[in-house]
Amino acid sequence: MLKRLSLLAAVVSVFALAACGSSSTEGAPTQVTVFAAASLTGTFTELGKRFEAANPGTKVTFNFGSSATLAQQITQGAPAAVFAAASPATMKTVADAGLAGTQTVFVKNKLEIAVPPDNPAKVENLKDLTDPKVKVALCAEQVPCGAAAVKALDAAGLKVTPVTLEQDVKATLTKVELGEVDAALVYKTDVIASAGKVTGIPFPEADQAVNDYPIATLKDAPALAQKFVDLVLSQQGRDVLTKAGFEAP
Amino acid sequence: MPWLLVVPAMLGMVFLVLPLAGLLVRAPWSTLPERLSEPQVLEALRLSLVTASLATVICLVLGVPLAWLLARTDFPGRRLLRALVTVPLVLPPVVGGVALLLVLGRRGLVGQWLESAFGFSLPFTTAGVVVAEAFVAMPFLVIAVEGALRAADVRYEEAAATLGASRFTVFRRVTLPLVAPGVLAGAVLCWARALGEFGATITFAGNFPGRTQTMPLAVYLALETEPEAAIVLSLVLLAVSVLILVALRDRWVGAAA
Repeated sequence: MLKRLSLLAAVVSVFALAACGSSSTEGAPTQVTVFAAASLTGTFTELGKRFEAANPGTKVTFNFGSSATLAQQITQGAPAAVFAAASPATMKTVADAGLAGTQTVFVKNKLEIAVPPDNPAKVENLKDLTDPKVKVALCAEQVPCGAAAVKALDAAGLKVTPVTLEQDVKATLTKVELGEVDAALVYKTDVIASAGKVTGIPFPEADQAVNDYPIATLKDAPALAQKFVDLVLSQQGRDVLTKAGFEAP
Repeated sequence: MPWLLVVPAMLGMVFLVLPLAGLLVRAPWSTLPERLSEPQVLEALRLSLVTASLATVICLVLGVPLAWLLARTDFPGRRLLRALVTVPLVLPPVVGGVALLLVLGRRGLVGQWLESAFGFSLPFTTAGVVVAEAFVAMPFLVIAVEGALRAADVRYEEAAATLGASRFTVFRRVTLPLVAPGVLAGAVLCWARALGEFGATITFAGNFPGRTQTMPLAVYLALETEPEAAIVLSLVLLAVSVLILVALRDRWVGAAA
């Protein structure tokens, strides 16, 4: 019977449009399935390990991806217990479907200009990105980092013509790491996570485009889910997150 | 009735057709006309058709001779070369895109030379889209043509050669007409694969409306916020490709069969 079920699951996953590895074995109360924004990959993996260590016998399973994609998966019935989104808008998609519990903003993330370590185009501030000779990558407006980039550029009254609108912040960062573009707008946390492969340049207009990250337990989530959210909101959780470059709400 | 064949055949058909039915059922028919008239849709569609066709031309020009080399000549390392040619088939397209960046990107092995000599770099250009599509689609053409060449009777070629035709003349006047249906089938497969290409394109050529945003990329990004728009885009791509394939079939493949 179990074999048949897993076969069925395999067939169903072939049908799934998004190619994200969302393997979730919900059911056992010792399991928590957490859907989290791609920018939380490092910190949440760390918190998951701490959670499992503090609660022996439990297992935290993650599905990291673009918040917008995750929100779509949840509304289409993906069995998630916790959703941590990179923007209130993507959380709203889930809340509008009546699937989200109480939402709490747990961190904020700011944009920075990322440039290759040798900074070939000599970028120093946001205005330098308007130079047509400077190749710029931005996130597509449909994903949170892209929406934040538009907001920051609007606040500065600048118009940038990027060479590409990438599908998520990690793809945008990769284009800088490979030196294919001269600059990109990504989160400060991504600059820190790249460990020296890109250089971050803070800019004042970023304050006008701060991204709030809300977290919520989802409909029919086990009690353990709330416990994981509590860990994220605790001092211990905050320490892990701020060390990675996130700011307290 | 051989049920052992018919039952799996029916299941196979349902498996392939059901997702299509899903698209049709969930399509927002009432808002369809206004969504279709959005300039971005037509732009992405035009770009998709142009780049897929150009990629197919490149695949034909380079792929048919390559298939001939693999099928008709013997040299050390031919088997290895054959295996290497099919690498893009098994490579996840995103990895293919990264590999192309490492070679043809601004700091790539060949790309940095292109950049310094001509001030030109392929990523983020329409030419880059064509390159990514050709890279992923070419093995389909090579395999189809090589199969056709192996199945063709070499005695015709030998007869032409004994009558004094050069190797190139034999290829042009005898071999090519002989395997024409195989070349056509390969080209159609190649075109279809190029049209649906997503991973290598978005990785290597990026995503910018009018320049590198093909239909599959537009579908993917629409899915982030507006699943309904994504369904409409998918239907458009599907309808256009099916129309073109059916038209081609009637015109050429049908005539040959």
